[in-house]
Amino acid sequence: MNKKLRSNLITYGIVILAFIVCQVAISGSIDGFKMTRSLKGQLIPICVYIVMAVSLNLTVGISGELSLGHAGFMSVGAFSGIIMSSWLVSAFQMENELVRLLLAMIAGGVFAGIAGVLIGIPVLRLRGDYLAIVTLAFGEIIRNVLNTLYFSVDGKALHIGFNNPNLTGKIVYNGPAGAVGVDKIATFEMGFVLILFTLFVVLNLINSRSGRAIMAIRDSRIAAESVGLNVTKYKMMAFVTSAVLAGMAGALYGLNYSTVTAAKFKFDTSILVLVFVVLGGIGNIRGSIIAAALLTLLPELLRSFSTYRMLVYAIVLILVMLATNSPMMKSVLSSITGKIKALLSGRKAKSGKAGDAA
Amino acid sequence: MISLLSHLMNGLSLGSVYAIIALGYTMVYGIAKMLNFAHGDVIMIGAYISFCAIHYWNLPPALALVAAMAVCTVLGIVIERLAYKPLRQATSLAVLITAIGMSYLLQNSALLIWGSNTKSFPDMINVPAISLLGGELIIKGEAIVTILACVVIMIALTLFTSRTKMGKAMRGVSEDKGAAELMGINVNLTISVTFAIGSALAAIAGVLLCTAYPALTPTTGSMPGIKAFTAAVFGGIGSIPGAMVGGILLGVIEILGKAYISMELGDAFVFAVLIIVLLVKPTGLLGKKIHEKV
Repeated sequence: MNKKLRSNLITYGIVILAFIVCQVAISGSIDGFKMTRSLKGQLIPICVYIVMAVSLNLTVGISGELSLGHAGFMSVGAFSGIIMSSWLVSAFQMENELVRLLLAMIAGGVFAGIAGVLIGIPVLRLRGDYLAIVTLAFGEIIRNVLNTLYFSVDGKALHIGFNNPNLTGKIVYNGPAGAVGVDKIATFEMGFVLILFTLFVVLNLINSRSGRAIMAIRDSRIAAESVGLNVTKYKMMAFVTSAVLAGMAGALYGLNYSTVTAAKFKFDTSILVLVFVVLGGIGNIRGSIIAAALLTLLPELLRSFSTYRMLVYAIVLILVMLATNSPMMKSVLSSITGKIKALLSGRKAKSGKAGDAA
Repeated sequence: MISLLSHLMNGLSLGSVYAIIALGYTMVYGIAKMLNFAHGDVIMIGAYISFCAIHYWNLPPALALVAAMAVCTVLGIVIERLAYKPLRQATSLAVLITAIGMSYLLQNSALLIWGSNTKSFPDMINVPAISLLGGELIIKGEAIVTILACVVIMIALTLFTSRTKMGKAMRGVSEDKGAAELMGINVNLTISVTFAIGSALAAIAGVLLCTAYPALTPTTGSMPGIKAFTAAVFGGIGSIPGAMVGGILLGVIEILGKAYISMELGDAFVFAVLIIVLLVKPTGLLGKKIHEKV
């Protein structure tokens, strides 16, 4: 078994193990090991943010493009998913929640993917900080445009209004007031499946011929171009895949709340996901999963600090960045871990000798 | 025609505020090569300090401005020393995340100190309005002061960077940090001075912004911060006249877009223009083109 395959299997294993632990905790079959209500409410957002972080890591870590507008794709996915779900009910009286959720997530992925292609064509011509600011700009444009749109379903028809709330039928998406009266059909199990799907797509892409091409372009665009790689094609591949996954996560997120407004997908959300990616390690998929899960839980765990919790969150964020990135702190940390290792290996050697003597 | 002129004046005045904020972004970017996301929140702190100075300590407006500038200058230097200096060698993304953490820290500190209710900012500028064209076009006193302040700051900064020794050091550091150090330039001091100037400008911008839009909350600075950052990129990041041009154009576009196209889509319009400009001229309006070497 090669090293990459083993590492990927460990990643899948962690996710599956975490899911089983959560299921046991929800059922409460072991005494004293039961999930609180507030924690249970965090399960679907955690799944969503894990998928968001892994998909953003594909753009930022693997393709090497800093994107500050990931929440834009999430919002496109969320609202197309919500509209799809309502339309299925009104057009076909479809009551099966699982099928509706699946179709809504597919719709979310498709529309976010279309947005990804449209945005990718101009954005990927730029580089570095300019690319970052344009993705930020697109994220804000999507949010602003969503604030002026109105959707309603009437039988099999879907009405769209621009700056015009007087539509026939049942209003599904109401401009600045957002989507109202959404059926909360998202489930934790589907979140788990989505994480596995995301991992399958991203890990397979990374370890494929295309993935190697994407990483080669990240490391040296000019060298990659000179050996005949089509830079635009591979960059688009990473960017659009990432957008599709974000859209699917968005659909799951949207269908988890009864009202969803475009304001939920502000610039702050994009930044939050970026923080998960950077803290988990840029380009490290497993790190993204762990960071997203822990950091979504952290404000919940800091409840006891109440008013100070966001302050503590900010301080933790800065300290972690300083500890992992400053050369001084790094040398201090490595000397400490070196000493611990030396201590442990010394003990091992001693115990080994003692064992020999016995 | 008259309404167009008055919208233009409003745009100029808002754009001047953006320009002053953008100057802080662009100077820090030029020298430290980092996006200082906490800059928008320094604006907010500056506005709160001057609010307190007037409201609680009963200082005259001019002294309140000086107090805000002093606090922000110290704040800027402290932030740089504590959070950014240890990360000079780190990747730009790591610095970016630290700056975002700093931005959260400032916002939440402000939330704890001043609470979440909106403070109504006192009118600090007592300049009479000018009426032109037989009283049909009225230009507010604040607008005149804001535009004048922007022009004065712009001229002073240009002179500072081109004529003084410190300005020369700044240009040197922004071009090549290593070579500047070899020439005997104190790089740490230069970066500190840059942060100090940027933060003092942020305090001025905070006061001007809150005089025009008197609702002060802990998140007051974030959206203008993002827009000013956009303005800096728009004009070509790292360039002082670029920040000025970018800021003013952005303000005018925003106000005209809101007035004539759609109130809700005003911001979208600003960002759309930015994207078009970057596609035609990828380094911004006045940015320098850097050739890539193999």
